[in-house]
Amino acid sequence: MNAATKPALLACLLVMAACVRPVPQPAPPVVDPYASVGGGAVFQGDLAGGVLAAEATAQYFQTAIGDTVLFPANQTTLTPEARAVLANQAAWLGRHGTFTAVVQGHAEETGTREYNLALGARRASAVQEYLVAQGVAPGRIRTLSFGKERPAETCSDEACYAKNRRAVTVVTQSGPGA
Amino acid sequence: MFRRLILAPAILIAASAVLLPAGPLQAQDAPLRIEITDGVIEPMTIAIPAFHGDAEIAARVRQVVADDLTGTGLFREIPAEAHLAQPASFSEAVSYEDWRAVNAQGLVAAEVTQAGDNISVRFRLFDVVSGQPQGDGMQFDARASDWRRAAHKIADQIYARLTGEKPYFDSRVAFVQETGPKNARIKRIGVMDYDGANILWMTDSSSLVLAPKFSPDGQRLLYTSYDSGFPQIRIMDVSTVSSRPLTQDDGAMAFAPTFSPDGRWVAYSREQGGNSDIWLMDGATGAQRALTSAPSIETSPSFSPDGQRIVFESDRSGAPQLYIMGLDGGEPTRISFGDGRYGTPVWSPKGDMIAFTKQIGERFHIGVMRTDGSGEKMLTESFLDEGPTWAPNGRVVMFTRVTPGGTGQPRLHSVDVTGRNMRPLDLDFAASDPSWGPLLP
Repeated sequence: MNAATKPALLACLLVMAACVRPVPQPAPPVVDPYASVGGGAVFQGDLAGGVLAAEATAQYFQTAIGDTVLFPANQTTLTPEARAVLANQAAWLGRHGTFTAVVQGHAEETGTREYNLALGARRASAVQEYLVAQGVAPGRIRTLSFGKERPAETCSDEACYAKNRRAVTVVTQSGPGA
Repeated sequence: MFRRLILAPAILIAASAVLLPAGPLQAQDAPLRIEITDGVIEPMTIAIPAFHGDAEIAARVRQVVADDLTGTGLFREIPAEAHLAQPASFSEAVSYEDWRAVNAQGLVAAEVTQAGDNISVRFRLFDVVSGQPQGDGMQFDARASDWRRAAHKIADQIYARLTGEKPYFDSRVAFVQETGPKNARIKRIGVMDYDGANILWMTDSSSLVLAPKFSPDGQRLLYTSYDSGFPQIRIMDVSTVSSRPLTQDDGAMAFAPTFSPDGRWVAYSREQGGNSDIWLMDGATGAQRALTSAPSIETSPSFSPDGQRIVFESDRSGAPQLYIMGLDGGEPTRISFGDGRYGTPVWSPKGDMIAFTKQIGERFHIGVMRTDGSGEKMLTESFLDEGPTWAPNGRVVMFTRVTPGGTGQPRLHSVDVTGRNMRPLDLDFAASDPSWGPLLP
């Protein structure tokens, strides 16, 4: 949780109704003090497509939601930690319906190239299935495997392998508007 | 007797243009013979005095012949400084006593002449021990630019006559060049002579490419490419360096392709919903069907030389093991039972052996076993060895060896099927995923 969400949560505690999650509030109308001739510029409301929120970016997804889940050696089942991250990913995708996702599966360098491609595909698919079970439309998620071709870390011991056995969700805004 | 053969001018020649018998010459007694068995430790000694003719090209051809032969580990060259005999011409009678005196068991005499863009190479092989020619003399005519191939042809003849095995020097290897940092590797496919010479690039660096596989005639390559953003199989015509997608299946990843021995079929791994199975495609029509349908990973198919069976890798037992199946469905037979994880099986062109990658603990090996799983033997051991490919005669295996760490790199190595003569290929760049093509006609 970051500092910015705390006031919103406080507001929720005070007014429990309609506070399932923080909703960006429209800014109040403002008057341009320099436009004295002609009565100034008066705010007439938000543009169609909603409020531009910093949350609706691939970068926010990557850094604040968390785009990566890790797997134990030779495993493709999701750990509790991975499921927690994926629940947040699913919620974000639910809030931002114009984004699609590609889940990239990866494996550590030990293991043959071809088996690792298949292993990475299983990991990506495990992520996809979880996101779909959380309500994300299947058509919004594609998977692919990089096997051991794109390690996150390059050392050859468990400290790096543990970070390379991963699935990374990459979101892209596909539709017009926000 | 002297035989004259013309080396086909193009690097790539139609399979019908066969000009050279692939095997050792028939109807020749072979009094001088090195048997390749596990027990051989002493190489045969061979003298290869300076070739006659045009000195510059003759010296280059001689060096390639010598490198081919000594590179097998089966032959040791008697250095020129030790030679007593200095024959004045190619046709001069051999003074066997002089060669016996320097302990040469075999002797190669040759002459290379150049006329414009063409060269002629003539050679004879002598059994110094019994004091007689071994097989016919032969002449190869070639374009001067193909001088290395002419040299490989001579070395192939000598190798075949002295070992009784089919040769492999005049052959090519497809591979992947690797540049850039480990976490953003740039890969491109090349084709080279078996010894690393005459590199031709088949792809640029724009998309990630993996694991090229030669067609049995050496004219096409199958490989996995990410050019669409997703792993799919492409097929490349080597002579025109033009490729097209073989699979383009939204929602199904395709990888690990391999040709059938007749070049008609392509077996590969098709992944859907996280599950990889082996599929078989008719390369001409694109029609395809699944050969396995298991919830486990099935990958790395390789055909038997008769095209009737496929060896592959599956983790249906929990860890990856090797299995053999027919093309008509039916339950695969597991052939690997040792400790560790087995992968990338490749059927020997002789049909008798299967080479594979094996991981035991944190070490990797290239190994071989008979097709029923017996006689398992490790040929190598390192931090990471993988992906064996057979020389066309089934005597040598080439593979990828990767060094560990952030600056770790892959290098191509070869090893004799007996486990001797491990050597890195002489390349000045990192490379992986070798695929050894056929002996060229």
